[in-house]
Amino acid sequence: MQTQLVTCTINGKLTQTVVDTRASLTDMLRNDYRLTSVKKGCEVGECGACNVLIDGECFNSCIYLAVWAEGKTIRTLEDLLGPNGELSDIQQAFIDEAAVQCGFCTPGVIMTAVEILGMGRRFTRDELRKLLSGHLCRCTGYENIVNAVEKTMNKRLDG
Amino acid sequence: MVVGKSVARIDAFDKVTGRAMYTDDLADSRAYVAKVVRSTIANGWVKSIDTSAAEKIPGVVKILTCFDAPETRFPTAGHPWSTDPHHQDVADRQLLTARVRYYGDDVAAVIAENEVAAAQAAKAVKVEYEVYPFVLDAQEAMADGAPQLHEEFPNNILAHTKMGFGDVDAAIAEPGLIKFEGWYETPVVQHCHIENHICYAEMQGGKIVVVSSTQIPHIVRRIVGQALDWPWGKVRIIKPYIGGGFGNKQDALYEPLVAWLSLQVGGRLVKLDMSREETFANNRTRHAIRSHITSYVRPDGTFVARILEAFSNQGAYASHGHGIAAKGMSSFAQLYQCEACRGDAYTVFTNISVAGAMRGYGIPQAMFAGESHIEDIARGLNMDSMELRRKNMIPVGYVNDFDKNEMYFDSLNQSIDKGMAAIDYKRKLAEYQNQTGPVRRGVGMAIFWYNTAVWPLSLESSACRMVLNQDGSVQLQLAETEIGQGADTAFAQMTADVLGVPFENIYVVSTQDTDVTPFGTAAYASRQTYAGGFAVKQTGLLLREKILKHARELTRMAEFNLDIIDGNIVRTTDGRVMMSLGDLATEVLYSLSHSEHIVAESTYQIKSNAYSFGCCFAEVEVDIPLCKVTLLDVVNVHDCGSLINPQLAEAQVHGGMSMGIGFGLSEQLLFDPKTGKPLNNNLLDYKMATTMDHPDLKALFIENAEPTSAFGTKSLGEPPACPVAPAIRNAVLQATGVSVNKAPLNPHILFERFKEEGLI
Repeated sequence: MQTQLVTCTINGKLTQTVVDTRASLTDMLRNDYRLTSVKKGCEVGECGACNVLIDGECFNSCIYLAVWAEGKTIRTLEDLLGPNGELSDIQQAFIDEAAVQCGFCTPGVIMTAVEILGMGRRFTRDELRKLLSGHLCRCTGYENIVNAVEKTMNKRLDG
Repeated sequence: MVVGKSVARIDAFDKVTGRAMYTDDLADSRAYVAKVVRSTIANGWVKSIDTSAAEKIPGVVKILTCFDAPETRFPTAGHPWSTDPHHQDVADRQLLTARVRYYGDDVAAVIAENEVAAAQAAKAVKVEYEVYPFVLDAQEAMADGAPQLHEEFPNNILAHTKMGFGDVDAAIAEPGLIKFEGWYETPVVQHCHIENHICYAEMQGGKIVVVSSTQIPHIVRRIVGQALDWPWGKVRIIKPYIGGGFGNKQDALYEPLVAWLSLQVGGRLVKLDMSREETFANNRTRHAIRSHITSYVRPDGTFVARILEAFSNQGAYASHGHGIAAKGMSSFAQLYQCEACRGDAYTVFTNISVAGAMRGYGIPQAMFAGESHIEDIARGLNMDSMELRRKNMIPVGYVNDFDKNEMYFDSLNQSIDKGMAAIDYKRKLAEYQNQTGPVRRGVGMAIFWYNTAVWPLSLESSACRMVLNQDGSVQLQLAETEIGQGADTAFAQMTADVLGVPFENIYVVSTQDTDVTPFGTAAYASRQTYAGGFAVKQTGLLLREKILKHARELTRMAEFNLDIIDGNIVRTTDGRVMMSLGDLATEVLYSLSHSEHIVAESTYQIKSNAYSFGCCFAEVEVDIPLCKVTLLDVVNVHDCGSLINPQLAEAQVHGGMSMGIGFGLSEQLLFDPKTGKPLNNNLLDYKMATTMDHPDLKALFIENAEPTSAFGTKSLGEPPACPVAPAIRNAVLQATGVSVNKAPLNPHILFERFKEEGLI
């Protein structure tokens, strides 16, 4: 087994750990840092449950090697909660719009929503559907997920 | 009152922050990792297994083969156990098997220190087989001379289920009847919950403790006990949050094996985590059913006699078996009325992945067949299909002889009217008549029949425990499981209302632990709000009675003049708040004279169930040269009684509709005819709907309060998935004039049909 030291910023904190060079970023985040919001649904980049932000861009962490995280800034769902336990607007929207059911795809979808909302652009509903299409969900029919993202987008843009 | 209000899910905060813990999140990192060695043939025997190379792989702890495993056979279906041997599920599974019955059967298992070693060792195990011919199709499997799967079931027929009333032969002798006949076919599909099945086991406190992603902890406990031949009390099952189930996890999947594997390594912690590919091929699927329907109809559209033959592909093991085809047949006998009816359903073993329960339990298949057939009859009679339906539909006042279910309301007509208005059906139907050209539009619809819960076929009981805390808040425990549908929230709403305690003061213990959680059979048959509702109400009333007795002592007021309102003891004669529930609980608990921990627990046995009806309307655009259907609009209407939480109900319908859209348009699990190997057991090649594949989903309700129910509610979990595929199929028929009798309506299947009909 070959190992390598990986130094990266995870949820605002500079961290270091030694990983098996074959390990995925999902493995590292879940096993070494106990960031269990990063879910395993297929481990081959099909379902989007393990999605995290790497330097501001969404990736399926299951097909991103842990060693590639060297020097990167990674954000997971755990990073969205405010210091006093305040929910971010998109998290609150998922609750308000009943966009959560079993909750297993939820962390990955929310992180994509963070990326979409971060672009600061007003997307059409069809564009939002396309931007969210990397995530599979079997509970919601995506309806309320799209609603939550769309409403948060409009709220942010309309102030 | 909070029942009927769209309060936010009680688990939503934890789920949007990543705090909700699922099985793998709880598994300790010191766990050994197990991997199943799967057969690479579809039918035959394991002659020998050579583990020598695999054992040399660093990190391998132990390899167990089918020759090490006990012979014990056990059933896996997530049904309540029956103490009557004639009603017990077929016990045909072994922990590991030398007799291979499908490609991927469990022939050995590796236990290793880590995933990599387990995977490498599983690959390095060499298995020698005696290879038999195999059969993948249900009707082919029934033929004489076909490969046999189970000795006890000649011609591979697990069950031949019959149904009937009236005299079909006499009825069809009536002159002037028109005969309609059709074959309809639905594919193998899979549940595709995003969390794969996963479980881990360890000996603790003299018990084998299994933590599992299951819908049915108490049932799994019994099955693990049966499989290990262990006292059931020495088995403890813990069910944390689960990432969806949809019926796949209404079976004992790998809990028995992981428990046994733990025992083979001294009770150490062993984890068995299914890959997505295994979840598709080695858990459960929905039965592919081929239905042959013959109807004898008067020229005015009145049904006189109907005959159904159904061939249900069970796959390699019995699991839920004939229950699926039988439920479908019940719907056939009841949804449309006629003088005489006959049904024969054959549930047949084949060498494909095992079929079990999946959202709808036979009804999605039956509705595809039945509602397609209705549309075909209407076309043949040149009659409006809605008129044909309304003429023959189950009428108000109908009572079923067997289960005493009663059609209390005109739910179907009300649903149809609401759906028609929502999609502007009449206008579109007229607009889309007589189209030409390569791209055409159509509207279609289907109704459905569903039956809540399983009485009197099986036990229906639900137990509940409520514990009053010192601050007047309440812990609620039920065996009925939260699997994403919002059950915990619905039960909290019910409890708040029964007790008179604010909703936010109800704490649901979401995790089921069979050592602690009261007994109940949990999430299936869309039963939980109905079945659990009785247990909540009965237990709540018991707790109220206890509280009010203490209130009488503490306030000196008559019990009948006291009530619990919004968490306070209130004198009803003048509305005065006498004390808070918290003060009462604290006073009673710490009383130096007669301290009492105020709790209530009770079991309710349900001896009724309830119909659930509704319909789906779909509008499509068909690109004939591309053989592609685009769904433009879709509306489901449901009468599931009173809504406990309208927003969550609507959300649940969306999910079911999405599953129905996949069933109608794109999903099918395929098996290689040359080898029996699953061909597309992954989320890339198996086409479940994405955000791009359907339009906005509309969910509408008719709220006729169910009279038999504790809260006026009845099933909604499965019904949304039932009518969607035939509605799409009927819309394609209107658009193109082509009846496509095989789902999914994907380009491969449409191409064949359009070619046959000369459209391309």
